[in-house]
Amino acid sequence: MTEYELIIGLETHIQLNTNTKIFCGCKADSWEQPPNTNICPVCTGLPGVLPVLNEEVVKKGALLAAAMHSDIRLTSHFDRKNYFYPDLPKGYQISQFDMALGKGGHLDLPMPDGSMRKVTITKLHLEEDAGKTKYEHGQRYVDFNRCGVPLVEMVTGPDLRSADEAAQYLIRLRQLLRWLGVSEANMEKGHLRCDANVSIRLMGETILNPKTEIKNVNSIESVRTAINKEFERQVEVVEGGGRVEAWTLDWDEAANRLTKMRSKETEADYRYFREPDLLPLELTEEWREDVLSGLPELPLERRTRFMADYSLPEYDADILTSDRPLSEYFEAAVSAYKGDPKVVSNWMMNEILRMLNDLCLSADELVLAPEHLAAVIKMVDAGTINNATGKSLLVKVQQSGKTPETIVKEEGLAQVSDDSALLAVIDHLIADNPDEVSSYRGGKEGLFGWFMGQVMRETRGKADPQLTRELLQKALKGG
Amino acid sequence: MTLMDFSAFIVAQKVQNGELTAVEVLEAALERIKAVDGVPGELDYGELTEEDRQKVHAFITLTADRAYEQARKVDHQVKSGETVGPLAGVPVSIKDIFCVKGTPSTAASRMLANFIAPYTATPVERLEAAGALTLGKVNLDEYTYGSSTESSAFQPSTRNPWDPGRVPGGSSGGSAASVAAGEALLSLGTDTAGSIRQPAAFCGVVGMKPTYGRVSRYGLIAFGSSLDCPGPVARDVRDAALMLSVMAGGDQRDSTAAAIPVPDYLASLEGGVKGMRIGLSPEYMQITIPNPETGEVDIQPLPEEIRRATLHAAEALAKKGAEIVENVPMPNTIYGIPAYFVISRVEAASNLHRFDGVKYGYRTDSDFEDLKEMYRKTRAEGFGLQPKLRILMGMYVSAAQYSEQYYQRALRVRSLIRSDFEAAFDPKGATHLDALLTPTTPTTAFRMVDIYGDTVLMQYADQLTVPANHAGIPGISVPGGLDSDGLPIGIQLLAPDYHETTLFQAGYAFEQATLNADWRKVKPEVLR
Repeated sequence: MTEYELIIGLETHIQLNTNTKIFCGCKADSWEQPPNTNICPVCTGLPGVLPVLNEEVVKKGALLAAAMHSDIRLTSHFDRKNYFYPDLPKGYQISQFDMALGKGGHLDLPMPDGSMRKVTITKLHLEEDAGKTKYEHGQRYVDFNRCGVPLVEMVTGPDLRSADEAAQYLIRLRQLLRWLGVSEANMEKGHLRCDANVSIRLMGETILNPKTEIKNVNSIESVRTAINKEFERQVEVVEGGGRVEAWTLDWDEAANRLTKMRSKETEADYRYFREPDLLPLELTEEWREDVLSGLPELPLERRTRFMADYSLPEYDADILTSDRPLSEYFEAAVSAYKGDPKVVSNWMMNEILRMLNDLCLSADELVLAPEHLAAVIKMVDAGTINNATGKSLLVKVQQSGKTPETIVKEEGLAQVSDDSALLAVIDHLIADNPDEVSSYRGGKEGLFGWFMGQVMRETRGKADPQLTRELLQKALKGG
Repeated sequence: MTLMDFSAFIVAQKVQNGELTAVEVLEAALERIKAVDGVPGELDYGELTEEDRQKVHAFITLTADRAYEQARKVDHQVKSGETVGPLAGVPVSIKDIFCVKGTPSTAASRMLANFIAPYTATPVERLEAAGALTLGKVNLDEYTYGSSTESSAFQPSTRNPWDPGRVPGGSSGGSAASVAAGEALLSLGTDTAGSIRQPAAFCGVVGMKPTYGRVSRYGLIAFGSSLDCPGPVARDVRDAALMLSVMAGGDQRDSTAAAIPVPDYLASLEGGVKGMRIGLSPEYMQITIPNPETGEVDIQPLPEEIRRATLHAAEALAKKGAEIVENVPMPNTIYGIPAYFVISRVEAASNLHRFDGVKYGYRTDSDFEDLKEMYRKTRAEGFGLQPKLRILMGMYVSAAQYSEQYYQRALRVRSLIRSDFEAAFDPKGATHLDALLTPTTPTTAFRMVDIYGDTVLMQYADQLTVPANHAGIPGISVPGGLDSDGLPIGIQLLAPDYHETTLFQAGYAFEQATLNADWRKVKPEVLR
């Protein structure tokens, strides 16, 4: 059987999380607002109005460009992209064409086999979003709320080689966007939208064949499924002696299938020209430096550093850098703990992640501060409390807002490590349960656990397990 | 002599010091309108009557109620000793290409005949804040596309007060005519290739195109966004200076409006021209017209009367102490119109995209199968001939395969035209001019219908004014005499960016020098 290689490029539209729209004072986000309630003369393109650029949009766009290793042009231009559509009230979209804010760029994508795939960025520009149209009862309705929402359009080269890689790119991009704080990157809410360009070729070939464009693949899972389906379809066409045509395909999420939207024989002519209503976007070196000074260490850099500085396994480092607050939480806990970072990592990967999941919070929203976590681990290390108490103590800190030390004191959670107290409990136990004692002594050693459990119950879990074991063994043997 | 024969400056003074009430002034204006204007422009107007042919027809919409309200407010303020604005009680007309809240803002097109603007354009807002009384909206070429006002969808179109058989020029024809006929003391116009200066010249009034960005375009329904300039139309230079000083300055709603401080134009008015270097250029003393048969460009000298009026103006300024510099080379002037043809149409076609029948304005009454047919019918029925021509050409020359050949090339020509001015005005250059003196138009007002329909020839009415739009520099047209038919001749002064002060000084000096000239005593025909 002939082997085919899958060639994928992704076009993403990223909604920036600024307060206001890109060219007017309307709120940027109108999620769940009734149609046409977050609009003004500017974003609905009334005659005579003019766009005024929102500087926050440029700042966030520049941060993203820097994180994508894209050159930030000190002079860039806005252009008009002309086309008719009812949800485009001016009849043109203000976008950037040949002199966009970002020039070039790439994203390093860690592959499961440990290698890196360098995904090049061919386009990175600012633009305004259009509105939405929908059909209902045989009528076409237009909602302009989304008009003028700031977007970054980012297009990759044909560098991805499988549906999994495409999904991986989106996962990493989403992580990066949230890390930078430039977008909520919620795919369901359309903050991160994706079109996929897909073509195939024989393994070993270097040419690029005609591609199809899949629109509306708006979840990581549908990117994977849609691309795989399109791969199979193209292989079938070629195997059947046909030729893949440059179609635009629509991904129907509900029906789980691709439908043809239109043939793309010739490129549409958008008659781009410079937007005369905006001056060229001139940035100064100082402005650029100032914005870039706010650029944090990026997720992959931090991941590498965690492995190097804290001797964490890749698995731990990857999870702990999956979002920025979590990674910062970890570092703060390590520095408060001062011991083996792997111990902190274990607590984080088990207890803290579970807590975040249960409460639907991010690490920076926890009441339980990194210093609290460090304190609890230290108490466990010192034998002041046992492991199980430590775990429940974390929950109690989160719920009450009290420090671990206060709770231990108030609830008398410190371990019973006093011989005489424990011996009293054990003596009592042996005296009250002669049957179990003789069974044990008769060789049913499995009962030891039952005795341990009883001691723990009596001491409400505070007994030092190590000491209990020793004393219990001695007492049971001694009979 | 009625109140409407005073200048805006004098009227404002009299209102400020209580000699006149704003309501009295307003009533004089309304009376004058009633006497000379005739029926307002309207859609689907039938045959013109003989009376129609004698009237000015400057207005499309009168907003007397709004003006009365403003007038009463001014009078109340004066009475209670509050300070009133520098235009207190001055009746103004607004070219109907500006949005004014709550009033029809039609662009003289069927497309916007039903459009009531929900907001007010910045320059109008500033005029009103200064105490002006907005009389209403005046006629223009549809979407400002023309130089005669005849292409308005609202007929009868405006006629020239000096000879109602002739055009008032355009596209700010209603503005110039309303000021010339004393219906308004000031008018707000727009100039994209000469649309303020050319009608001002044809109607014997003062018209200024300020530096691009000197006055906010917010609320101005765009034609060529990189060329459009709102500006004053007035009876004399001082009134134009007064009006500009109210309107000029930065605007948070227009990022192309410069936040450069606005000088006190009135205070420097009498600065005179002593030592000013004023140039004359041979390229502005000729008429260039492409020959459709041969494709060649015919170059002819200007009509002698216009040449002479310009040279007289130079002499008058020289007598006041200006230094006249002859033979200033402006070699790229002849490419002004061709480059403008391309640039303005690309911008116009794009600016007209929004008129699609979806959200506001005209939508076809007939049935349509689908969205495309709705677009097609709406735009076919809603736009007149001039917008359609501009869309066709604009779409063509900006198409991907032609853009380099036409649009990009036109942009390069535009920079060359600008470099002509930079060289002429360069303080270290050979001529180091303060201003260039030229005729405003190659002819005086032409007869109605004569040129209408010949879009190319019509455009060439702007050949002496369009270079300033390409370059972005300010220009003023002031009355410079009458031709043998008794029609006004305009002379133009051009200056470097933001040197409006120079233009006002030179214009005022020329006015003073010719104060007693015979031609200044002649009144427009409709006022005789």
